[in-house]
Amino acid sequence: MVPTSDNYFATLNSAVFSDGSFVYVPPGVKCPMELSTYFRINERNTGQFERTLIIADKGAYVSYLEGCTAPQRDENQLHAAVVELVTHDDAEIKYSTVQNWYPGNSEGKGGIYNFVTKRGDCRGKNSKISWTQVETGSAITWKYPSCILRGDNSRGEFYSIAISNGYQQVDSGTKMIHLGKNTTSRIISKGIAAGVSQNTYRGLVTAHRKATGARNFTACDSLLIGDKCGAHTVPYIEAKNSSALFEHEATTSKISEDMLFYCVQRGLSQEEAVALVVNGFVKDVLQQLPMEFAVEAQKLISISLEGSVG
Amino acid sequence: MTALLEVKGLKVQVEDNEILHGLDLTVNQGEVHAIMGPNGSGKSTLSHVIAGKPGYDVTAGEILFKGEDVLEMAPDERAAKGVFLAFQYPVEIPGVTTMNFLRTALNAQRKARGEAELLVPDFLKKVRSVADSLNIPMDMLKRGVNVGFSGGEKKRNEILQMALFQPSLCILDEMDSGLDIDALRVAADGVNVLRSKDRAMVVITHYQRLLNYIVPDFVHVMSKGRVVKSGGKELALELEESGYAQFEDKAA
Repeated sequence: MVPTSDNYFATLNSAVFSDGSFVYVPPGVKCPMELSTYFRINERNTGQFERTLIIADKGAYVSYLEGCTAPQRDENQLHAAVVELVTHDDAEIKYSTVQNWYPGNSEGKGGIYNFVTKRGDCRGKNSKISWTQVETGSAITWKYPSCILRGDNSRGEFYSIAISNGYQQVDSGTKMIHLGKNTTSRIISKGIAAGVSQNTYRGLVTAHRKATGARNFTACDSLLIGDKCGAHTVPYIEAKNSSALFEHEATTSKISEDMLFYCVQRGLSQEEAVALVVNGFVKDVLQQLPMEFAVEAQKLISISLEGSVG
Repeated sequence: MTALLEVKGLKVQVEDNEILHGLDLTVNQGEVHAIMGPNGSGKSTLSHVIAGKPGYDVTAGEILFKGEDVLEMAPDERAAKGVFLAFQYPVEIPGVTTMNFLRTALNAQRKARGEAELLVPDFLKKVRSVADSLNIPMDMLKRGVNVGFSGGEKKRNEILQMALFQPSLCILDEMDSGLDIDALRVAADGVNVLRSKDRAMVVITHYQRLLNYIVPDFVHVMSKGRVVKSGGKELALELEESGYAQFEDKAA
């Protein structure tokens, strides 16, 4: 699904990958447990190039989680993975990521470059692929989990929380490519920028000439903490037939001093106040995560933002 | 006996503007003090400085709470010790349910005081009884903090927190703003229930109207950053007739 010539990092991955995971769910099987994987980059001067392929056959269902961490190192390290998902008729894959690669030190030294290609193919009728990601780590993230909505009535979803602090740069979003009839997609993106970081949502929603009745709803919300960070929203929207209906909403807000003071006056410390406000901001997306993961993610969000307010 | 709150010779600047020019105020346990004055007299500044809002420079004087120097404490420390400010304009916090907010805040205060955190069932019991006594439906607590609340609901939410946290000093900043007469009465009733010999209140208001419902023991008139006159509750009525103009000249 991701050809070797797709992009520079996919080519590199295809050339050197040695490991990864493969999941096949037979027709009619609903996987009763959350499949869970954990990635770690341990060695100095190495990169990680794993591949993941998940196929849900007719009427099958699976939920797959991945978590990532790496120890602190002064050198930059590369993570260039490829993930491919395929759903046949009436099948569903739910793919969740909590990414906490080492982001570099307070001066922006070191950290992981996270350049990942993730693509889902809703090949069958009424099939569904849902991406949920919580991105808190990495020095630089380029990541656009996509859905090709080929089957009629298929559905793609993308829920994202991207947090950047210190010198991190996050450029993430999704592509929803509507090819079949009456295909629907939904994008909810929450970007939080602190420190001197830059946080970008970049996304594409497109409806093919023959994709009649395509529908998309997109909401991109950005939250700024402090006055040295940036939030950017770059949506590409292409409707090539007149029956497509696309909605895009975007907001940018700042955590106000009044909001923090209100919480602090009620007894919360400054950091607890920031964590509370941010967790409220990302609640819609957190709810998409499996229960245990949501609790972890909530803690991770608080940790990632430590020291973001004076 | 140590006064609950003692403000002595307080001078406060915002950027380079002096707003309070040496203010004195003493509040003992069990007393209700009203602070009245025209817009811009420094009433809200006083409440913010006592609670520790950033952005104000204290250039002279001191504030003692239970004999301790408040200006040395972080705002959350003051809250845990029993200073409560009911806001004129309570902020909205989207995505955080009121219930979650109340529990997080109450437990943060308990932790700061070295008390055990309340478990969820105990907390729920407590909130339910307080909400019932104020006629606040539990449904309201499932909504985001102040999100989409009417003016009256916001003020009732402030009073609910006051009742839940049981502070020893309550500062009510312009509680009557944005309330119609019925909502005002409901809010005032909620406050009156909380009057006790262990608790003091400082009621900041522009209008005498509120003091018909929350009857103070003492009234102070502020003008241009000073207390220019103090007296009993009859002073408020006197003001209602004569207005603030007489004090403006005096302060100048």
